[in-house]
Amino acid sequence: MTVRISITVNGRRFDRDVEPRQLLVHFIRDLGGFTGTKIGCDTSQCGSCTVLLDGVAMKSCTCLAVQADGSEVITIEGLAKEGQLHPLQEAFWNKHGLQCGFCTPGMIMASHELLRTNPKPTDDAIRHGLAGNLCRCTGYQNIVRAVREAATAMAK
Amino acid sequence: MSSRIFGSGIRRREDPRLITGAATYTDDLTMPGMLHAVMLRSPHAYAKITRIDTSRARQAPGVIASYTGADVNLNAMPCAWLPPNSSLKIAKYPTVAVDTVRYVGDIVAVVVAETPEQGYDALELIDVEYRPLNASLDPQKSCAPGAPQLHEDVPSNLAFQWTVSGGDVDAAFKNADVVVKERIVQQRLIPNAMEPRAALAKWAGASGELTLWNTTQNPHILRYLTSVVTGIAEDKLRVIAPEVGGGFGCKIPAYPGEFLAIFASRKLNRPVKWTETRSENYQATTHGRDHVQEVELAATKDGTILGIRARSWSAMGAYLSTAAPGIPTILHGLMLSGVYNVPAIKEDVYGVYTNATPVEAYRGAGRPEATFIIERMVDKLAAELTMDPVAVRQKNLIPKFENGHSVATGLTYDSGDYPGILKKLLDHVNYEALRKEQAAARTAGKIMGIGVGTYVEICGLGPSQVASAVGFQGGLWESAIVRVHPTGKVNVFIGASPHGQGEETTFAQLVAAEIGVAVDDVKVVHGDTETTPMGWGTYGSRTTAVGGAALVLATRKVKEKAKLLAAHLLEAAVEDMDYDDGKFFVKGSPDKAKTIQDIALMANLSWNMPPGMEGGLEASMFYDPPNFTYPFGAHLAVVEIDGDTGDVTLKRYVAIDDCGPQINPIIVEGQVHGGVVQGIGQALWEEAVYDANGQLVTGSMLDYALPRADRLPNIEVLSTVTPSPHHPLGLKGIGEAGTIASTATVYNAVMDALAPMGVKTLRMPFTPERVWRAIHAGGKSGGN
Amino acid sequence: MYASNFNYLRAGTLAEASALLQKNPGAKVLAGGHSLIPLMKLRLASPTVVIDIGRVPELRGISLSGGALTIGALTTHAELAASAAVQDAAQALSEAAGHVGDPAVRNRGTIGGNVAHADPASDLPAVLTALGATFHITGPGGRRSVQASDFFKGMMNTAVGEHDILTTIEVPARAAGQGSAYAKFEHPASRYAVVGVAACVIVNGGTCVAASIVLCGLTSTPARAKSGEQALVGQALTRETIAAAAGKVGTDLGSDVLGDIFASAEYRAAVAPVYVRRAVEAAASRAR
Repeated sequence: MTVRISITVNGRRFDRDVEPRQLLVHFIRDLGGFTGTKIGCDTSQCGSCTVLLDGVAMKSCTCLAVQADGSEVITIEGLAKEGQLHPLQEAFWNKHGLQCGFCTPGMIMASHELLRTNPKPTDDAIRHGLAGNLCRCTGYQNIVRAVREAATAMAK
Repeated sequence: MSSRIFGSGIRRREDPRLITGAATYTDDLTMPGMLHAVMLRSPHAYAKITRIDTSRARQAPGVIASYTGADVNLNAMPCAWLPPNSSLKIAKYPTVAVDTVRYVGDIVAVVVAETPEQGYDALELIDVEYRPLNASLDPQKSCAPGAPQLHEDVPSNLAFQWTVSGGDVDAAFKNADVVVKERIVQQRLIPNAMEPRAALAKWAGASGELTLWNTTQNPHILRYLTSVVTGIAEDKLRVIAPEVGGGFGCKIPAYPGEFLAIFASRKLNRPVKWTETRSENYQATTHGRDHVQEVELAATKDGTILGIRARSWSAMGAYLSTAAPGIPTILHGLMLSGVYNVPAIKEDVYGVYTNATPVEAYRGAGRPEATFIIERMVDKLAAELTMDPVAVRQKNLIPKFENGHSVATGLTYDSGDYPGILKKLLDHVNYEALRKEQAAARTAGKIMGIGVGTYVEICGLGPSQVASAVGFQGGLWESAIVRVHPTGKVNVFIGASPHGQGEETTFAQLVAAEIGVAVDDVKVVHGDTETTPMGWGTYGSRTTAVGGAALVLATRKVKEKAKLLAAHLLEAAVEDMDYDDGKFFVKGSPDKAKTIQDIALMANLSWNMPPGMEGGLEASMFYDPPNFTYPFGAHLAVVEIDGDTGDVTLKRYVAIDDCGPQINPIIVEGQVHGGVVQGIGQALWEEAVYDANGQLVTGSMLDYALPRADRLPNIEVLSTVTPSPHHPLGLKGIGEAGTIASTATVYNAVMDALAPMGVKTLRMPFTPERVWRAIHAGGKSGGN
Repeated sequence: MYASNFNYLRAGTLAEASALLQKNPGAKVLAGGHSLIPLMKLRLASPTVVIDIGRVPELRGISLSGGALTIGALTTHAELAASAAVQDAAQALSEAAGHVGDPAVRNRGTIGGNVAHADPASDLPAVLTALGATFHITGPGGRRSVQASDFFKGMMNTAVGEHDILTTIEVPARAAGQGSAYAKFEHPASRYAVVGVAACVIVNGGTCVAASIVLCGLTSTPARAKSGEQALVGQALTRETIAAAAGKVGTDLGSDVLGDIFASAEYRAAVAPVYVRRAVEAAASRAR
């Protein structure tokens, strides 16, 4: 069977017939144009697929597309506005918070959630807030620096 | 050379596409008519396939084709590192198992379907009957009498036996006052590049050409190997490494997956993509380490090292991966001296087939294991002699040298100041005060440990003649083409293939510094065999050390030609020409200069060239280094252990590394952070565990513990600068340094913490239970 | 990973969800999906029908009245952890909810899905048992209520039957002099509890008058440490009395302690008292 669903991704509405088993992450990646959201594991551990669903960060590999019917999704592609990088993107760039870049979209979305719930985090709070996102390149240190810088920039 | 560009921690130009989701990794690619290949993998570690029937799967919705071992006519998987004098026995490694499976994850059948969902549905409809056999997992036991034999033509499962030897080891042990012994288990690790592997093959039937997009660290090697396995001529093969999400060694080798995608694409004349799941990645993408070593160190009673004697049983897994035999041998045994004067060394290395995933290079590849041996044994010697571990190190360090130091294994280190870097470490942490703090903590009932690790690594692989001598079936030079366009913008084409290390930025810095163009005017092109010159790839901390040298020398050729043309245009003699920051001028007349942009335009127009000068402004360089490079460093870790639970907390980590001059210190620091954390992972958390039947018990990220942000301290990163005497800029490489040092350093810290309880040895990783048991058993602990 | 296909039915109301369940034998109930979807992706579960109750309004919300917290089954871990009412009325629940998985998981995973899945290493079953929660279930025979002690029947097996829906969980609000806490030894990869201890004490005039201690991660269902509880009652809660009580949990756990490659049964049993001590100490410090 397929189910007709409607999901708004980065401000664009997509009406699609999907198999119920289709994961939200596959729905997003298969739209054409939104492959920034990554799949790094099978078990909800790595966080590469993190997106905002109705403003709240979640792992899009652990959600059926049909569950998100009627929702608004923001992916990494939807963070920059009118060509202006989001302060988090800017800070990841400034602080060398990425190397291979594969975990980065999920890491930035998880950082977005962290700052949404705690706009002035300590380093320790940043480390705990990002514990659901794995990075094999950076050792996390420059990611912590980037989130700290973004928090400062966003407080202004 | 402009110092404001070289050595500047500018932001990476790779990043804008990566932070916006615009980068394209292999699995992001899609094309009209594309099919999806999925693999049926063996659930048994060792079994005979008694029946296989894909007929039901072929009837399933969306299925276009399915193939078993009998259907696939590809050549066997190649092994490309053949250590000499090692009685190497390369067992046949088919892309699809024919009648025997030898590890959990061995490919049994391939299904090609319109969607991946349909492919996975069809896998459940393939009927396979197996006759399970007893599996063999432990490398030491696998080559002992009575072990199950994995390959008909390999008795005792012995893939090779290789010996490194230098100096008189027997005499060293005869003359020793003390001999310390240790059994070391270098546990099996899973590399865990965050991007799983993927391949997209597109066969163009009419022209007989094939394009392969693949998650590889070395597209040119892969093209070479693809032509060997598929029979497609290299000139008809194009291999593209698009954005690649980390490698750490596991994306060096060739794998059956990409060849099967090619096979299917050719058969069906449609593009075929294969993307592994993380579960498949754990089962079938190469692992690292998995050695058991028995080591003895001989010394005098004042702490002077006389010699090392070791035997190493190195698991290869079920088949020999592309470069696997070279790792526990050449890249390991030759480095056993570390930073010390060790007059006599002998190690026998046994490469052993086991019913496990094939191993390959994993960050550091052989060198972390060598460093671990010597750094562990030095600490054991210190304990035996009740000396401070630092004092034993200082006693045995090779003194500062600037141009060559030969060690017993036959290598000649390029340059080093090991006493200097150790002193810098001790000063930075105030080692004496730190030991006092530890004494006070112990009095207060805390379990605190301090570990020191020093290292030197062999990297910048390497001189091609040496590659030949050590059995590497390829060259190890690198290449670069520098092309200056009429407007003065520069394209650089390199044979190496960065995948996160940042050379698009650092190489642009190199060119900008050499010829005075803006960094933003240089674009570095890599990862496509059709557009880049042949090169041997990105691994072994070689891209900057070898490829960077090729690039600098190519750029200097461009500069030399520019100078000749400038002289011609200024109607001056070449000897009278001067250069400063992108401008060529007659000595004393900098106001009448030709900029590199002026010259680029004139060279490309070729309206007015000196007699005999070719048009264009472009140069290429194939650089074969005269020696390896030898970065080095000194690290320190402080740990605290919860005595109630055995939980280890890393409280402090200091890394001081010397990779020569740094093109971009921010990127160097990032490499150190990541490398250090990977090595910490080995010491504290990571291990691929198989049960007795060869099932991978740590088969997902639910069970295999990777380093996480909340378990780590900030790492203090410092450096010293000792140029390599043979590199045009003195650069040495930094990719693997952190990993090479940190496992031994953290290990030593934990053992230092546990020393008062009588614990002398313990197997990694230091899980809470293992540490807790050691604390409770004290000196009676079984350890390794 | 790709699950097997199934029919998807979305319930708009509780009555509709109940009716759908009865009409579709073998159907699985989907709430946040954080227990079911991972199993389906690995094809360890391949239901033919999935009934999505994620939008049923009756299953939402946290309310405090009549001395009890009523928590809708669809309440997420993040909502639990952030709720001021839960923080005050059920400290251990708030604390444990904040340690489930990671932030993104807590945003989607629900209390109902968590307890209905009944993973032995899951945090909330132990906490809800320690706090004396009541589980309200709607099924073919109407509504019924089950005490925590009867709710968790075995490994991944609860009182929620094939045609039942867990609707709300009722937790007695903190009484005067009560404090509760949750201490967790987290698996470094899965983040599930290797050992988790929920403790709840009531202190009256400096003396412990009631105590409950429940452990997870060690046995197939939440394990009550009766001897430890008894050892606390009638005592002033000092380091010594707490340590003495913690030392008794071994006898409560019996011989059925679970182990795996990361932590053996012997080790889990040996470190359990450490976490009991930590949980009770924290609970005692919050008793007011």
